[in-house]
Amino acid sequence: MGNRVAIVGAGMTKFVRRAQETGQELAFYATKMALDSCGMKLDQIDGVVLGSAPDTFDGVHMKGEYLSPGAGAWGKPYMRCYVGGGTGVFAVAHGWYHVASGVFDTCLVVCEEKMSSYQPHAQGAFLTIFDHTTERPLKPNLLWIFALEMNRYMTTYGLRKEDIALVAVKNKNNALDHPAAQLGGKVTLDDILSSEVLAWPVQRLDVSPVSDGAVAVILANETVARRVTDKPVWIEGVGWSLDTAYWTNRDLCYPRYVEEAARMAYKMAGVTDPRHQIHIAEPYDPFDYKELHHMEGLLLCGRGEAPQLTVDGVTQRDGELPVCPSGGLLGVGNPIAAAGLMKVAELFWQLRGEAGKRQVARKVKRGVAQAWGDLMQVGTVVVVGI
Amino acid sequence: MAQVKKLKREKHQAVTPGRPGGQEIMKGDKQRLECGLQGTGLSDEELRQGTVLTTRWKADAKYGWDAGVAIGRYLAGLKEGKILGVRCYKCHRVMVPPRLFCEWCYRNIDEWVELKDTGIVNTFSLCYVTWDVKRIKEPQIPAVIELDGATKGMGIMHLLGEVDPKKVHIGMKVKAVWKEPAQREGAITDIRYWKPV
Ligand SMILES: [Zn+2]
Repeated sequence: MGNRVAIVGAGMTKFVRRAQETGQELAFYATKMALDSCGMKLDQIDGVVLGSAPDTFDGVHMKGEYLSPGAGAWGKPYMRCYVGGGTGVFAVAHGWYHVASGVFDTCLVVCEEKMSSYQPHAQGAFLTIFDHTTERPLKPNLLWIFALEMNRYMTTYGLRKEDIALVAVKNKNNALDHPAAQLGGKVTLDDILSSEVLAWPVQRLDVSPVSDGAVAVILANETVARRVTDKPVWIEGVGWSLDTAYWTNRDLCYPRYVEEAARMAYKMAGVTDPRHQIHIAEPYDPFDYKELHHMEGLLLCGRGEAPQLTVDGVTQRDGELPVCPSGGLLGVGNPIAAAGLMKVAELFWQLRGEAGKRQVARKVKRGVAQAWGDLMQVGTVVVVGI
Repeated sequence: MAQVKKLKREKHQAVTPGRPGGQEIMKGDKQRLECGLQGTGLSDEELRQGTVLTTRWKADAKYGWDAGVAIGRYLAGLKEGKILGVRCYKCHRVMVPPRLFCEWCYRNIDEWVELKDTGIVNTFSLCYVTWDVKRIKEPQIPAVIELDGATKGMGIMHLLGEVDPKKVHIGMKVKAVWKEPAQREGAITDIRYWKPV
């Protein structure tokens, strides 16, 4: 599968509700931290990939180009990629291609999002994902599709809200130990279940917060990686897949597109038995049910089995399969594209044993990060290992 | 923006008590952290006080969308009080919303079929907020409705009405409530909503 590619450095900003910093500044801080973390300078970077969600958020046409100076792209081959919420993990796959192909020796991958720019609420920017002729005349609300999916998932497997809310409890509490987290907190099951109903079955605390933030990672081929770090984290596999845009024709209780992306990444990584060969997972969790959905799509358990694993504590930081030890989007925050890349950065720190208070109890050698998005149809997966 | 610079950070930190310092997660090989963990959040109050530059700009963007061949015919059907789907002879699916091609088999569809204006609720939500998160008392009830006559699992998004929110359930049988023929304009809203049978 081409040249071996390693992640050699990572950095991020705090995820905050409304950043005083501009998108360019956030991108700069994350990038600078990533470079500093492995003692590299920008002139050692051959190319730059930037991931960022819709231009609508910022109200800037071609916002990738607009953000590029902050992302260290001045005078360099530069490419923006965007597959909605799936972007953060897709951007790593993009960067991987550049280095695996041998075109670049090193590649900087930066993901930035400011969701606060759009007034009054970032949800408005999403409404154009609905079909203009057959759906938008019904005046849809973005929350609908998640609520519809969650209800279908609950009903198919006979789940109660309690079974799902445990994910939010776990992740928000995990985020207490993340210095960059926006929404870490001591949250109980009761808090989640008694929080305001937004769009049943989605309640306020089932949802990740609207955030601003940036994350950067540095990719390098084996020669450079060995030179700049003693602890490279290898990208063992990448995968991505799209389901149909006819979302009302899909089986909403199972993310087939995630399974397809996972199978592609696992095949590349030589993972034949994900339940045993994956030691830590950072699935995309903008809603608590999505972590469960995605664990199933990532083949980490059977269909409908993820809630029980959560109840049994398997997915806790000290459990057999730690899931979202970072605190996830539910706890750290959800600056769309940056949130996905945060998951890859978390695996980088966890696999190197540098996650501080968040360090998982188990010795972990291989992890999977995943993101999801657009009209609930994109799955992006990266497998990393040491 | 000088005022913004002076804002205290305690307020932000109070939202996430016990946040430790930024150094520990980023221990790199060379320990060359020059800027630490950056990012400064602003509170609602700060926004209200007007310490943040806010520009309101209304995009005057108008779009003339083509409904397309398949959806065009679907809309014409709605005007006549009919729901049209399409069939692919290869995978045998009857699909709605209709399309000119089967995306599975990647070939032209073979035939148009008229579906019933009844179906079952595949999934639904009781939504108490508007798109910009304003509260509403009576919930809107969006649903995916699997239409009778289409292949199992083939649904469209629409709204439910004339129903007690407490009684809505997945699997519930529903029927379209149409606008009067004279009021129909060839739009998805020619069906007002779906009510329990
Ligand atoms: Zn077909």
